[in-house]
Amino acid sequence: MATKKREKNPHDKRRITKRKLREWFYGYLFLSPWIIGVCIFFVYSMVTSLNYSVHKIVFDGGVQTQPLEFWYKNYVDVFTLETDLPTTLGSFTISLVLQLPIIISFSLIIAMLLNGSIRCRSMFRMIFFLPVIIATGPVMNMLTAQGVATVPMMSDGSLAALLGGLPSFLSEPITELFNSLILILWNSGIQILIFLSGLQKVSNTMYEAAKIDGANGWESFWKITLPILKPIILLNSVYTVVTLATGGTNEIIELIYSATYLTPWTKGYSYGMAFSWIYTAIIAVILVVVFLLLKEKSDKHVVYEKRLVKLH
Amino acid sequence: MRFKLPPKGARKDYYKKVMMGSNDRRGVIMSVVVYTLLITIAFIYLYPVLYMFSRSLMGKNDLLDVAAKWIPSSVTLNNYASAIATMDYWNSLLKNLAIALTSTLCQVFVCSLVGYGFARYNFPGKMLWMVILILSFLLPAQTIAVPNFLLFNSMNIVDGTLKPFLITAILGQGFKSCLCILIFYNFHRQVPQSLIEAAEIDGAGHIKAYFQIAVPLSAAAIVVVTLFSFVWYWNEVDLVRTYLGSTNDRNVGLTTLMLELNKFEDSYNAVYATHAQSTTSTNRLNDAIKMAGTMLSIAPMLLMYFFLQKQFVESVDKAGITGE
Repeated sequence: MATKKREKNPHDKRRITKRKLREWFYGYLFLSPWIIGVCIFFVYSMVTSLNYSVHKIVFDGGVQTQPLEFWYKNYVDVFTLETDLPTTLGSFTISLVLQLPIIISFSLIIAMLLNGSIRCRSMFRMIFFLPVIIATGPVMNMLTAQGVATVPMMSDGSLAALLGGLPSFLSEPITELFNSLILILWNSGIQILIFLSGLQKVSNTMYEAAKIDGANGWESFWKITLPILKPIILLNSVYTVVTLATGGTNEIIELIYSATYLTPWTKGYSYGMAFSWIYTAIIAVILVVVFLLLKEKSDKHVVYEKRLVKLH
Repeated sequence: MRFKLPPKGARKDYYKKVMMGSNDRRGVIMSVVVYTLLITIAFIYLYPVLYMFSRSLMGKNDLLDVAAKWIPSSVTLNNYASAIATMDYWNSLLKNLAIALTSTLCQVFVCSLVGYGFARYNFPGKMLWMVILILSFLLPAQTIAVPNFLLFNSMNIVDGTLKPFLITAILGQGFKSCLCILIFYNFHRQVPQSLIEAAEIDGAGHIKAYFQIAVPLSAAAIVVVTLFSFVWYWNEVDLVRTYLGSTNDRNVGLTTLMLELNKFEDSYNAVYATHAQSTTSTNRLNDAIKMAGTMLSIAPMLLMYFFLQKQFVESVDKAGITGE
């Protein structure tokens, strides 16, 4: 009896109506070019890559796969043959841990400065988005080769003297950090953009309400701006990690590249692909850590909402 | 409005207010901090460009002279002439424009369609496709580079023409397409559904509603994605090399300025080979020529940015590339 009733109800979500079918059809119609492309150039390639990484590739007219001694041999080889991997990975992780907070806080500060009331705003904005346009591979290589990418003041001994007391595994990344300060700032163009467009959405009334309640700028930053921007901080962190980890200047990417292309007959494509899958897993772990650190805790959110209600 | 000092007794408070600011106004101290910060950072951002520019105008004597670090004692355009010859500049520029413009147009159109499809419609399997979209952003390109390369080869489309660029862009797999799709998705999600539904009630079909309502509404997003795509296509090196094939000869197929910049040293030695042997030092490649080459390869983008920066900045405000 009950089922019969449900069939008759036109608002039942499970009922497949003509209208719904049409919506499905148009959804897939709009997506169709991308779906075809993603199946050919992403899903298929991903499966092939996984398949190759557990085989040996032989070029015999076409591409032939031959079984290995055991299926995960390439993966074991990466750990035994790639003697530089632990140190490279270690220095990459340390520089990531140092760079991520700097990039995020720096771009947040810039975005807030650009969002505030300043003179010559459009001129400053133009300059600050400049890196988005030109900070890329060959140009950056040319500039780094010229030594333009370091702050001149850092090259004298004062910084080294300051860091003399620290153990070398810590002082080296810090010195490197100061050396590449300009590069770091140059790489935060997109992050500034993302923060800026997030800040645009915070309505002014909220700040006014806080001001009437006696909050100063410092307090409204911590109690209004930061909580609202929290999801955007997460988004920016993920974006930063992905660009730092997959960018062309990354040392591990260079290792993968040389393993894949420069020594094809000793290590080979399948080895390179196993290597890059291991690296993918490492990036995934880093991303999960970032996500867990920055995700919005649900109970906190409720508190924040209550605070908002109180404010109004 | 006439400026008037407050009475004597309240002056101390007044000065404090001016210096430290109040709830409504920023104090002098804070303003100094803000502008110092802004100008310092602006200088850091401009420094490499200014350095590049001043270096590229220097003659050989200035390069060796430590005193002439910033301002050349005599301005010379010879470096630019050498760089133009080395990169076969005008020819490469045209080819590069052909690649960047056509690919960008295809990419923007297709990503707009797909982003709209994701935002507007509900259909079974939507979550799965969404996950795949985000995965394709997160996965390092190296992981699938070899299979893609083999795929291109087996399709016989890598022949130094536009084919690989157009095919990938039309199928939504261009450079950073997933980001473009996400920008459009976020934008179209914010457009009120009632607008499009109203059009449909008035008899517009789904396709018509997209072209006549959604596309004009998303002008801001279109500007942002077009600019970004153009920049990405202009700056990419590794993928372009894969797409153009191993021969990579500017006399045979297409090329880009960034590719030319990457092999600048070799090309220079090839162009000026005879001179380099006979007169050892006069025609040697120096930093000034390299900087001139770098300047030339980013010049079109700098120009475009200079003219479009207003639209760009405004669109970023409107496009809401972050979503909720």
